[in-house]
Amino acid sequence: MPEQTYRDAIRSALIGEMDRDSSVVLMGEDIGVYQGTFRITADLLAKYGPTRVIDTPISEEGFVGSAIGMAMLGLRPVVEMMTWNFSLLAFDQIVNNAAKIRYFSGGQVDVPLVVRGPNGAGVQLSAQHSQSVEVFYAHVPGLRVVAPATPADAKGLLRTAIRGKDPVIFLEHAALYNIKGEVPDGDFVVPFGKAEIARPGRDVTIVAFSRMLQVALAAAATLAEDGIEAEVINLRSLRPLDHNTIITSVSHTHRAVVVQEEWKPYGAAAEISATIMEGAFDLLDAPVERVTGADVPMPYARNLELLALPHEEHIVAAVRRTLYREAASRA
Amino acid sequence: MPEVIMPKMGDAMTEGKLLRWIKQQGEPVKKGEPIAEIETDKVNVDIEAEWDGVLARLVAGAGDVVPVGSPIAVIARPGEQIDASASARSAAPGGGAAPAQAASPQAAATTAHPRRPAATQPAPDAQGQVRASPLARRLAEQHAISLQAIIGTGPQGRITEGDVEAAVSARAATPAAGPAPAGPTPAGARDVALTRMRQTIARRMTESKHTTPHIYLTASVRMDTAMDVRRELNDRLGPERKISVNDLVVKAAALALVKYPNLNASFIGNAIRHPGEININVAVSMPDGLISPVLHHCDRKPLWQIAQEAKALAERARAGHLRSEDLTAGTFTVTNLGMFDVDVFAAIITPPQAAVLAVASAKPQAIVKDGHVEVATIMQLTLSSDHRVTDGAESAQFLREVRRLLETPASLIAEGI
Repeated sequence: MPEQTYRDAIRSALIGEMDRDSSVVLMGEDIGVYQGTFRITADLLAKYGPTRVIDTPISEEGFVGSAIGMAMLGLRPVVEMMTWNFSLLAFDQIVNNAAKIRYFSGGQVDVPLVVRGPNGAGVQLSAQHSQSVEVFYAHVPGLRVVAPATPADAKGLLRTAIRGKDPVIFLEHAALYNIKGEVPDGDFVVPFGKAEIARPGRDVTIVAFSRMLQVALAAAATLAEDGIEAEVINLRSLRPLDHNTIITSVSHTHRAVVVQEEWKPYGAAAEISATIMEGAFDLLDAPVERVTGADVPMPYARNLELLALPHEEHIVAAVRRTLYREAASRA
Repeated sequence: MPEVIMPKMGDAMTEGKLLRWIKQQGEPVKKGEPIAEIETDKVNVDIEAEWDGVLARLVAGAGDVVPVGSPIAVIARPGEQIDASASARSAAPGGGAAPAQAASPQAAATTAHPRRPAATQPAPDAQGQVRASPLARRLAEQHAISLQAIIGTGPQGRITEGDVEAAVSARAATPAAGPAPAGPTPAGARDVALTRMRQTIARRMTESKHTTPHIYLTASVRMDTAMDVRRELNDRLGPERKISVNDLVVKAAALALVKYPNLNASFIGNAIRHPGEININVAVSMPDGLISPVLHHCDRKPLWQIAQEAKALAERARAGHLRSEDLTAGTFTVTNLGMFDVDVFAAIITPPQAAVLAVASAKPQAIVKDGHVEVATIMQLTLSSDHRVTDGAESAQFLREVRRLLETPASLIAEGI
């Protein structure tokens, strides 16, 4: 399989879908003339012209509202959020219109809309631009929320998102755009709600998504040196959430660590750990551990930003707690 | 509609067998009236109604084995309709005849976590709540192994999957639970099925020997003065209120435990737990085994009261009428084989207790005193103690204190109140 960066995987998925379906249009701030803030849409204006690659004003509520209208009338708009933090300006359009129109119309009108862009922290963009918004949206019925962690997932999930009938919150990660990974050839898709066992193991289940999957895999490799075999689950989508894969894994490992970059209270890890409690209470040998970001607005200073984010050693320590092996000698 | 549940009679009990219904479905019952007879690990006990009302539905039938905390019947209180949902709900957890072998996680969950374990019979757990992971509880339930007998290695002594597995394999390695002996069976051999009491003794004693590192110390106690005092007291008290040698030992042990509380404690993994009470189990032999009912608060009761209660307790035990409080919350055990002309013997500790005192026969022996041989009445006491909780030196001091108390029997009366 050829290697591709996360950025190129997304870009090539967009090109493929635009070639495949003329109703697919791109919208967003600086995606055309400026080539895209993270260069996802570089050269696409020249390739597809201004009717399919639309530079918008700085007006998130306005252009997301327009995109919802376009989707209702048969187009398949893919809207870029320069970062997901700006989506708060369009929150009402997404939550009150995109998520509810099929319901309000008694199933007559779909909103095949994709809103995509970078989510999360780690590239020194300070408090307003480093937030993780996944649970803002994952809370809402009527939305799909996906968070790819690898180039292959980014490509396969974006294809599913663009071809589907639902409004999709497509959460990329700025700190992942340059990672490389194998991406299958051909027209493969990755379905929503189907998690992947990224690494099989028998001792503990680590559940992660987006950038934290990469951190969890690094932690699992470190743990393996001590003979601890962690099973790592790559969630891929938060809504729908793949309960079966999580419960099946915990049923044979009896221990779980859930990892998220966002703040701890009311986060995805809380939802996942409650899911484990509901589905596998009698199979747990230790309390479910959460590894999360610090409960503070993200600092700009690099040293403090690093302190506010979860790292490999936090996951390793949490795994050891679930295995009652805290005291083991490891620096 | 209140449910009647299988009570917990004794710290190690996980299930009980319903022997027979004394009251039938539809019969009115009064609070305190016996409604059923159950067989617990060791004894048969009557279950009494906790409420006035009508025995609306029998959930378990005669012969059913029901986990502790699961319903066996539903009582409709005055004015309550006998509704089908109550019976259907109740039927689920306890309906099966052998829930301990439940195959699905859901069913096992029900047996492992009774909703109201103490609703009908107050059976306070002297050791408090056992900390165990849900998985450990489920495994222990499946293997019919008492959590009380397992040492938890997790935080705050939490019992984990590995701890239960270790206990199970320890048990599996023992002849008691193991396969039949290898080699040809003699022609005249016959196998006698284990009674429930035999099973319990086999399991508990094996668990103890596998999990508790025992130390043994023996001391000779000169009993001449004690025997004289006892004779004098009994002449005055009359045959109904006689004090036995065992009563003297129980009182002496209780007073010594006040001074050496580690012998009255439990090892719970990462801590020593002190129960805050001195409740002494007194072993009573039975036709098919033995049972050790509890004398509560022996440090605070005068000798004559201990004697009276011990007598009543032994009678209740032999008649099969022990109450649930007679079987729970023991913190130390005294076992006595003095009546069988035994010179000395060592006993096995009953988990989670830290020690047991074995009392042999008091009999005349030649001793050397001040360079002269003389005849004295000597009784040998052997203390078995848990080396995780205490050490030889402390155990020896405890034993010396018991001896001092018995050799100066006035102190059993003077220091006892």
